Amino acid sequence: MPDQQIVIHVNGSPISVPAGSMLSAALLMASAPCRISTTGEPRTALCGMGICLECRAIVNGVPHTRTCQTVCQEGMRVETQS
Amino acid sequence: MKPADVLVIGAGPAGLAAATAASRNGCRVAMLDDNPAAGGQIWRADITRPHDEDPARAAAIADFHTSGAALLPGRRIVDVPSPSTLLAEAGGHFETYRWDRLILATGARERFLPFPGWTLPGVFGAGGLQALVKGGYPVAGKRIVVAGTGPLLLAVAAHLREYGASIVTVVEQASTLQMLPFAASLLRSPGKLLQGAGYRRTLGATPYQTGCWPISGQGDETLRSVTLTNGRRTWTVECDLLACGFHLVPNTELAQLLGCTLQGSFVQVDSQQQTSVAGIYCAGEPTGIAGVDAAQVQGEIAGLAAADCSPPPTRLLARRAKEAAFGRRLTHAFRLRPEVLKLASQETIVCRCEDVTFSQLQTRSNWTDAKLHTRCGMGPCQGRICGSATEALFGWQLTSVRAPLFPIPVSAFCDESSSLNAPSAR
Ligand SMILES: Cc1cc2nc3c(=O)[nH]c(=O)nc-3n(C[C@H](O)[C@H](O)[C@H](O)COP(=O)(O)OP(=O)(O)OC[C@H]3O[C@@H](n4cnc5c(N)ncnc54)[C@H](O)[C@@H]3O)c2cc1C
Ligand code: FES
Repeated sequence: MPDQQIVIHVNGSPISVPAGSMLSAALLMASAPCRISTTGEPRTALCGMGICLECRAIVNGVPHTRTCQTVCQEGMRVETQS
Repeated sequence: MKPADVLVIGAGPAGLAAATAASRNGCRVAMLDDNPAAGGQIWRADITRPHDEDPARAAAIADFHTSGAALLPGRRIVDVPSPSTLLAEAGGHFETYRWDRLILATGARERFLPFPGWTLPGVFGAGGLQALVKGGYPVAGKRIVVAGTGPLLLAVAAHLREYGASIVTVVEQASTLQMLPFAASLLRSPGKLLQGAGYRRTLGATPYQTGCWPISGQGDETLRSVTLTNGRRTWTVECDLLACGFHLVPNTELAQLLGCTLQGSFVQVDSQQQTSVAGIYCAGEPTGIAGVDAAQVQGEIAGLAAADCSPPPTRLLARRAKEAAFGRRLTHAFRLRPEVLKLASQETIVCRCEDVTFSQLQTRSNWTDAKLHTRCGMGPCQGRICGSATEALFGWQLTSVRAPLFPIPVSAFCDESSSLNAPSAR
């Protein structure tokens, strides 16, 4: 494991993750869905490689960000997208 | 004469080999990829084991860097504004790249087939879960079912096991009989056989159930159990996660947008990996699913051809032929049984972006009709997931590919620093 931990905010709550983690992995660690589907289902990452867009979330205010291709940065704010 | 500007799209084994070969032979080379680091799928960087490098990956990346080629990560090709330029989106702004020679090494994605419960949190692609674990998702102590088809299942199961997961079972839809010729042929490829044996060793007593497939996943907010069948009986196993993928489908959208001819599902190439469009080459999985060795040798041939070093050395041609034969055996061994194409029930969501169910699609006559009336395929994946699903369920062929290839963030249109006329790659 990388030694350094960083703190990000998932739906307003701080969580500590290893530096270099993908945001999709951090959302899974926080048990937070990436997005809520059009019929209200919680969804998390599926393909892990930028294809399915199930992992899209609001990152630092920017919606539709693919969390599986975004590396966590100290202080990053991510919200489940609905 | 100025050296040719070669642009390589995709930094997997094929792209790395292509860029290295072209750069070593005098071209100015830039390689773009949408991920934050080079490696593609098989050599995806593992954040939890930064020092534990796969020697093949380390060698390929070192060769790439010493060749002098440039890596431009975090850039996704979204459009082809003119015949010799590509538009990339990078972190919310646009960049334009010109090229004299273009090498497409865009790889493949997993095939997903819908079944009841496949949209539950806790259900992932097989390679998908592997990628998430490499991205830092801890699976120690989790009970995982690995299911679907293809050699990736064993690789993924072994990988998850190494990270402390408890693999409940690996279920492979192909029957032992169907896989036998493939297994026997591995005796002719000692490297691949050893790799397979390594996976088996890691997996120890974990069951590998052939001729079995998942029929549903159960759970409220998240997955709790998976129901499996062998066609005669069904049984349910409790688990925390399901890693499920049905082999691979090629990423051919960019090639199609550039006007390259397909042969079946794959990009058609000649003996030098050149597509039907002059100056555009293609290497790796978009030309056929045949694994990492095929991707590397095709990449090298494409790189040499782009640098005008022809004809390709016979040793490379011989290796390519051998790997292509391996790919054909692979495809044959892991061909899908009809049952797995029909797992969706009336209520099963087929299009995950727009939540379109099987029953809504059932009455439509083709892909275009379904798009117009149900919004199936109109969401941000642009049919990459539901397209393979509706092909399996209804036999629909996807209609033409349109730009942008991926949804573009609004910020890119507002960003004044977006360089729509940037000169060449470097
Ligand atoms: C999820 C997954 C996991 C896999 N894991 C294994 C494994 O563990 N072992 C194994 O033997 N095989 C694995 N495979 C099979 C693997 O595809 C091949 O062995 C090998 O990686 C193929 O190399 P390639 O260079 O053709 O493509 P890839 O390695 O797929 O590389 C293609 C690259 O192009 C990028 N790309 C595609 N389109 C664009 C675009 N428009 N703009 C910018 N970049 C783009 C992709 O993001 C990717 O990084 C896996 C496949 C998948 C889909
Ligand atoms: S998990 Fe599929 S795009 Fe991120």
